[in-house]
Amino acid sequence: MHFEDQPQDAEYRARVRAWLETNALRKARPDETWGLHLAEDDRVAAAREWQRRKFDAGFGAIAFPRKYGGVGGRAYESVIFQQEEANFSVPVAFYNISLGVCIPSLLALASPEHKERHVRAALEGTAVWCQLYSEPAAGSDLAGILTRAERDADTDDFIINGQKVWTTHARHASWALLVARTDASKPKHEGLTVFIIDMKAPGITVRPIRQASGEADFNEVFLTDVRVPASNIIGEVDGGWKVIVASLVHERVSIGGALPRDLHRMTLEIAGDRANTDARVRERVADQYLLSQGLWLMSARALTAVSKGQAPGPESICAKIIAGRFLQDFAYFGMDLRGSEGVLAGRELDEAAMTAQRMWFGSLAVRIAGGTDEIVRNTIAERVLGLPPEVRIDKGIPFKDLPR
Amino acid sequence: MDFDFSDEQKMFREEVRKALARACPVSEVRKVLEGQGSWAAPAWDALVVQGVTAADVAEEHGGLGLGVLELAVAAEEVGYALAPTPLFTSIGLALEVVRRAGSPMQQAAWIPALAQGATTATVALGLHGVLPCLGANGTAEGELTAVPDGLSASTIYFRAMAADGAVRWCRATAESAGCERRAQESIDPTRPLAAVKLRQAAVDVLSGESGVEAVLQAVLQRGAVLLAFEQLGGAARALEDARKYVLDRRAFGRQVGAYQAMKHKLVDIYTAVELARVHVYYSAWALQTQAPELPVAAAGARVAASQAYALAAQEGLQAHGGFGFTWAADCHLHYRRARWTALILGDVHTWREQLVGGLMANGTATATTAGAATNAAA
Repeated sequence: MHFEDQPQDAEYRARVRAWLETNALRKARPDETWGLHLAEDDRVAAAREWQRRKFDAGFGAIAFPRKYGGVGGRAYESVIFQQEEANFSVPVAFYNISLGVCIPSLLALASPEHKERHVRAALEGTAVWCQLYSEPAAGSDLAGILTRAERDADTDDFIINGQKVWTTHARHASWALLVARTDASKPKHEGLTVFIIDMKAPGITVRPIRQASGEADFNEVFLTDVRVPASNIIGEVDGGWKVIVASLVHERVSIGGALPRDLHRMTLEIAGDRANTDARVRERVADQYLLSQGLWLMSARALTAVSKGQAPGPESICAKIIAGRFLQDFAYFGMDLRGSEGVLAGRELDEAAMTAQRMWFGSLAVRIAGGTDEIVRNTIAERVLGLPPEVRIDKGIPFKDLPR
Repeated sequence: MDFDFSDEQKMFREEVRKALARACPVSEVRKVLEGQGSWAAPAWDALVVQGVTAADVAEEHGGLGLGVLELAVAAEEVGYALAPTPLFTSIGLALEVVRRAGSPMQQAAWIPALAQGATTATVALGLHGVLPCLGANGTAEGELTAVPDGLSASTIYFRAMAADGAVRWCRATAESAGCERRAQESIDPTRPLAAVKLRQAAVDVLSGESGVEAVLQAVLQRGAVLLAFEQLGGAARALEDARKYVLDRRAFGRQVGAYQAMKHKLVDIYTAVELARVHVYYSAWALQTQAPELPVAAAGARVAASQAYALAAQEGLQAHGGFGFTWAADCHLHYRRARWTALILGDVHTWREQLVGGLMANGTATATTAGAATNAAA
């Protein structure tokens, strides 16, 4: 049992660090968030530029196959890069959906022609991808989507109509993975198909969604008679659910990948002098440590498995629940510490207040995105503890006959 | 990065688990609960045979020279089996007092018998009440209460204060004249307690060179780590028992475990147990390597494991419904054990205080080279 790098990993880490030191600025404090004061388009431009530089230096696509411009390195090396990158003031999350979810799905399931055409551009960062899955009426119950794809008998193309929501980067994406219903006479999981969509295709309208926080990080996407060639199908017609399950596995790994290093130091820092003088504050610091250090240790356990070529244990699913709880607690704590002044918006105060207030709302998203806390609990109960599955009254019934 | 036990340690754990499953079914635990004996003799014998008592003792003192990680995984199994044994008091606490406070000669004289499990010892930590007085003639005067395994241990280690205010580690044995012991009722009868009255009792003063307070802290930290392993094992068992029950029991035509309220309750326990597990394993690493993070890691393990065991015991009992409230159900064994273990080394408020004090003293990051929480929410 130890927490040191193996010699080859230490060497790699040193190389990563050296490159980062010459190409980026170290964060002044661990909770510093890059780009808070930039307009969205400037953030996106900077993110593209950063991905390009990483790619050229051999750090942009570490664990992707050489055939498509990747480095062919180990998954563990890309973890090392992320860990080190988190200490620098650089845009980090912009390619999470592209490289963490969409491209792994393409590599696993798409045709050789699609891989040839799409993977390299995505790795370089020139082509950004988004995911057109969730809909207003289908979040946790994703298989309940209403967007239709109908075959045009003359051209063999599919014509897509419907609405998608919570689409990250839809405004900046060139391509999307979309799921649509191709056969409503089948039970809901059996009539779905996944397509590659050109986001510039006629009939696609993207609108930002104003979130509870007032910001607009996500979009809704309207599709009206969007024409897609049959060759853009991933997997089989009506076999889309398999593709979705595979890509959701990648999404789970990807969401929450941006937790800053040494979170418990952050708690201590915002507590400031009251960590010396106020026993109630000290108790909260201790409780926060248990969550944040616990998350780090859980990731260490998962990484240990990965570095031995094993799958992480089932306990790693719990980490998402703990992360949501920690971030929400942290935000409340950071806001409580300001006392009555805490009613001021972060911009009126300082960076620490801005961080706390961002997490105040950001933690809500962590608890909902990629499986709500409740759905994750069901998953753990059924897959890990072996408890009986939820009653599913829509099982085996044609989708068109379900009550709506 | 290798945050896991070795294959050999896992095998050792497996052997201990099998041995305890044979030697210590719940019927043995209940004998102690009902006052038959101070511990489950078959369980203790099994631990001795498996080498658990000798695992963390140097070969020069008749031990196996393995290390504390082996002892730790065995302690987890002891907790899982609810086994009433003096492992915590004799090997967890007393051994460490002798090792740290005893002179080389005292260590050589006293450790081998502990390693062989032939005799057992305990420590009156003196976290409450006043310390006994140490007379110039080598006798002690005073009273120690809530001493775990205090009636059954052949030797009791404690601190006493001389007239000049100097505190020393001392040792009284069952044979010491002027050492009277009586059983005290325990909230968990499977973890017996005693009061020890010292009246001009002849004692040995431990004459090693370490500071008394430093020894106390080291003993408390080691005790916290090893007890946390017991708590972790107990919590996992309480969850397992609850899971079995809700799968067996039916209500309104369905298994009780099919109801989402029950599923989520058990997942909350599971999450608390897995969160505790990483803190507990981390503390074993810190103890084994005597890392600077030990004070924080031990406190983190103690608080997380105390909380997880409390939740598993109380909500596990709740999951059993009315049956859980009977003497016949094993739920109250955990309910008692969880509270006893959460208190014996000082309460969670004290340990949270220790945790934060340690964090602030460290000043720098306690995380090691691969310190990011990247992908933690995978």
